[in-house]
Amino acid sequence: MSEPKPDPTLEARARRGRNIALALGLVLFVVLVFVVTVVRMGGNVGLRPL
Amino acid sequence: MAMSPALSRTSAPPRWQDYVQLLKPRVMSLVIFTAITGMVCADSSMNPILGGIAIFCIAVGAGASAAFNMWYDADIDAKMRRTRARPVPSGKVQGSDALAMGGVLSLFSVMLLGMTANWLAAGLLAFTIFFYAVVYTMWLKRSTPQNIVIGGLAGALPPVIGWAAATGTAPLNAWLLCAIIFMWTPPHFWALSLYTSEDYEKAGVPMMPVTAGAASTRKQILIYSLLFVPLCIVPVFTGLGGLTYLAVSALGGLVFLVLAWRIFRSRAGEAAGQRNDDGLYDVKASSKDARNMFAFSILYLTLLFATLLAEHALGLPGVGVL
Repeated sequence: MSEPKPDPTLEARARRGRNIALALGLVLFVVLVFVVTVVRMGGNVGLRPL
Repeated sequence: MAMSPALSRTSAPPRWQDYVQLLKPRVMSLVIFTAITGMVCADSSMNPILGGIAIFCIAVGAGASAAFNMWYDADIDAKMRRTRARPVPSGKVQGSDALAMGGVLSLFSVMLLGMTANWLAAGLLAFTIFFYAVVYTMWLKRSTPQNIVIGGLAGALPPVIGWAAATGTAPLNAWLLCAIIFMWTPPHFWALSLYTSEDYEKAGVPMMPVTAGAASTRKQILIYSLLFVPLCIVPVFTGLGGLTYLAVSALGGLVFLVLAWRIFRSRAGEAAGQRNDDGLYDVKASSKDARNMFAFSILYLTLLFATLLAEHALGLPGVGVL
């Protein structure tokens, strides 16, 4: 018995949705690392002896 | 893991929403809520931005362990009415994708939590993921009726992780929050399994009603409830809870005990076909006591944690006689 063939339009739309979600996830990760770095570094800068 | 022949690829391509479902968003929301409660109860001066990111990491870690669970349990999920529509057993997402997603998100959440908060919190999160994915899912769930008793630890740890993220420590009060969720889990899940036991039996999962019978399960629900309700009042004595918490925990606890007693006296879980087809709460008359207990247990735990959260957010004093 052969597997059902996916609709090419649906397939393309689903792939595009997955790609956008993955891209947003990666951007979010970069932003989070940046924010954590800035906030943690900022606190230490404030604590250093002048 | 034995793959069931019921698992097959559908013609529909996987959408991003199917991958979100792998993370069990409803469970994640409960984890977020209890972790925030732990963090706020710690009364620390943690930077709110770092606090928000730490909570996000804890939620993603919970999602990662859910993805591992979806991968490993796809064969038994396919046999149960409650779980057969999940992305892997329904064929929307491949099991290997769920496994990869669990691995990537585990690493991401633990490392970022370590960077954001501290490595005690990150270590606790890593332990929680391991405990849920390996100890509960791969070992306990299929081998012992005590599965949800011991495995409940994974669901009970988020407030400790939240507390540790805020302070770098895990004191007695943090573990008290953990103990409350831990002791809440058996009566909560066994009440549910009393009217879903046919599903578990079909899937070969040794839940308490399947292995020990409905009468024994009802008795154990009562015993655990008798241990759980007094434990809920203990935070008042350790200074964690105030007078509002005392009122909520005592009054709610009374209702909890009444419902546990009603289950004990009922014949819940004995007749065949406990559930109708209209969702999890639509049950036959004989199982209404179990359904009521299941629903109220969720409300009671939510109220307990919401009250603690509100008391600490508003700076209301705890009673504390110890």
